[in-house]
Amino acid sequence: MKRVGVLSLQGDFAAHGAAVERAGGEPVFVRQREQLGGIDGLIIPGGESTTMLKLLHYEGLMEPLAEFGRHKPIFGTCAGAILMATKVCSPEQESLGLVDIAVERNAYGRQIDSRVTEIEPDPEFEKRTAPGKLEAVFIRAPIIRDAGKGSKVLARYKGDPVLLEAGRHLVATFHPELTGDSRVHALFLEKL
Amino acid sequence: MFQFTSEQYRLKVGLAEMLKGGVIMDVTNAEQARIAEDAGASAVMALERVPSDIRKDGGVARMANIGIIEKIMATVNIPVMAKARIGHFMEARILEALGVDYIDESEVLTPADEEHHIDKTDFKVPFVCGARNLGEALRRIAEGAAMIRTKGEAGSGNIVEAVRHIRTIVKEMKQLTVLGKEELVHQAKTLQSPLELVEWVAQNGKLPTPNFSAGGIATPADAALVMQLGAEAVFVGSGIFKSSDPKARAEAIVKAAKNFNNPEALLEASRSLGEAMPGLDVSKIPESELMQTRGW
Repeated sequence: MKRVGVLSLQGDFAAHGAAVERAGGEPVFVRQREQLGGIDGLIIPGGESTTMLKLLHYEGLMEPLAEFGRHKPIFGTCAGAILMATKVCSPEQESLGLVDIAVERNAYGRQIDSRVTEIEPDPEFEKRTAPGKLEAVFIRAPIIRDAGKGSKVLARYKGDPVLLEAGRHLVATFHPELTGDSRVHALFLEKL
Repeated sequence: MFQFTSEQYRLKVGLAEMLKGGVIMDVTNAEQARIAEDAGASAVMALERVPSDIRKDGGVARMANIGIIEKIMATVNIPVMAKARIGHFMEARILEALGVDYIDESEVLTPADEEHHIDKTDFKVPFVCGARNLGEALRRIAEGAAMIRTKGEAGSGNIVEAVRHIRTIVKEMKQLTVLGKEELVHQAKTLQSPLELVEWVAQNGKLPTPNFSAGGIATPADAALVMQLGAEAVFVGSGIFKSSDPKARAEAIVKAAKNFNNPEALLEASRSLGEAMPGLDVSKIPESELMQTRGW
């Protein structure tokens, strides 16, 4: 069984752990650097990206995570996607620079503008997992404003990429871990 | 009966999920909000006076000045919460129109209604409510609260009440898991809570919403203690900005929430903190001045 790390500094790591189990993987809640050695891939959950950045620095995890990402797959949702981007705006913010995307924080507005919606995934996503629409939960979500040439958009909402694959990595601006549909996590497990 | 699987409700609980493992800090101005965000707070709670000052000053405590909340919202990028008085649904409507990310229907403010809490299902903005026991928690959830926190005794700097409340809620949930169906019907009566929610807790062994802790947390050790007892995140009210070095204390409590399981890291976080806020012996507070007994 694939061992999937879930970065558990702050945020909805518990929901990701349950989603990994539903998709047939074994979740490992990663709080310390040493735990990175025993996992096949890592999920950076939703939460507050500024809080996670602080804790990454406090714990000396910035470089170890960047190094992990140079060899193994990482899947980031919402705040996780922000941390993996090469460029973050509104406001500008430090990041791991693992995926060539420019991300705007809180781009839909405040909580009152959060939404649940159905989106049509790219046929390739359905081919690699199973057919059917995706339920997308956006919570104070970012928008991917620009994506590098090497990336593959697997789903869009109102024209903007919301699920994107870049080499070994995967990013989503919505929260598949908050729905019963485990296809996105299953896709990530396939990549390990 | 309200639908705790509805889309609206899932969005409300969803934001609470994002705050897990974090520290929500009381702030009274934009400068404090900046310090909180820089220290790694996962959200801030905007209010006019921190609970220990409300306790000291007396009088009626209301929703914060809108100008202050607006400045705080303009200053930080993390979620901004604000408090409304128990039952004061028009303060809540104003906060919703302002666009705050979460409303705390809070016993720290002077209650506006001594019989009714706000019907929170009717709002788009999510609510957090305080509870001392499982019955109170489930009644608030039935009214639409998407996050529960212990009440503790706000502004006391004394963790004893928060400990009592989190232990009570966790124990009462454990007890439900071993009961049969007819016993749950009886429990619903005893807890004065809807049977549907009592059955949900019996099956899942936890609340249908995240379960945080508040009321008396003043040190990194306090934060770690309530998290060990089952709280999934902490609110710190007077504990940070009534201490001698708010920045250092804020950072230390953020580290403690993440490292609640790791005594070495907690030791490190507890070094060079300066003086904690002054504390109160809860048994010496007159019954009429207790905040936790507000709400029903």
